[in-house]
Amino acid sequence: MPQANSFQQMDDLHREIDRAFEDFFPQWQPSFPMAFLPGRLARAYPLINLHEDKDHLYVEAMAPGVDPQSLNLTVVHNTLTISGDKRGAPDNIAPEAFHREERAAGKFVRTVTLPVEIDESKVVAEYKDGLLLITLPKSEKAKPKQIDVQVS
Amino acid sequence: MAEQTVSGPNEPQGNGGWEITRSTERHVRPPVDIYETPDALMLIADMPGVARENLEVRVDEDLLTIQGRAIHVVPGDPIYREFDLTGFFRQFEIGEQIDPEKINADLKYGVLSLRLPKQERSKQRHIEVKVS
Repeated sequence: MPQANSFQQMDDLHREIDRAFEDFFPQWQPSFPMAFLPGRLARAYPLINLHEDKDHLYVEAMAPGVDPQSLNLTVVHNTLTISGDKRGAPDNIAPEAFHREERAAGKFVRTVTLPVEIDESKVVAEYKDGLLLITLPKSEKAKPKQIDVQVS
Repeated sequence: MAEQTVSGPNEPQGNGGWEITRSTERHVRPPVDIYETPDALMLIADMPGVARENLEVRVDEDLLTIQGRAIHVVPGDPIYREFDLTGFFRQFEIGEQIDPEKINADLKYGVLSLRLPKQERSKQRHIEVKVS
């Protein structure tokens, strides 16, 4: 079908151009890993990965160096809000003493809309090695249910 | 500290500028803060997902290498992903004013803090200026 063919060509062209720009601009597509972990992001921080299985949603956030006392997770309906304070270099260092300052630091907040309803009372979270893993059990209503089909 | 122009942990660079090692693992350069105090050079690197046993810090002559393997396994099937971590690798040329025996490393919350003490003789010596 000629229509499908032209879409394929556009797709190929798109990919070629993406490949040409890869070295210069950070990739937005999660499937292309970056050669340099960005210290500062132009987009939302922290970056998240969202997984699910039959009974749970899992949110993994990349948040190294966050003061655990400042980490705050709130769940309202089907949104999850992550906020905290990422520690930078110590405050008492003079600016001219820095050879490099690439890491982001400061307060952050991000709200993630979840695809299904979850049971707020059973959410657990773990912060290990700078990765925050949040396990959100789906509410009973959101779990898939088998429906019997009556054949007559 | 000057940054070594060697891009990957081992040899050849793949096409597109991606760093390829013999194990075909992709590495990412972690962002660092480097600042100097009168006694030492301090280096702080974000290396999320790296546990103590997967972290390697090496000094060969005047080349400092920080390397770590990140492990992050999330249960379930992916719906939406924004990041994938495999490994971290970065090298720095450090002047011979660092005492490699006394380097101190600390890994906490996915952040590596390195303290590189300066060798005795290159600490700043205050010179008295006498005005007559």
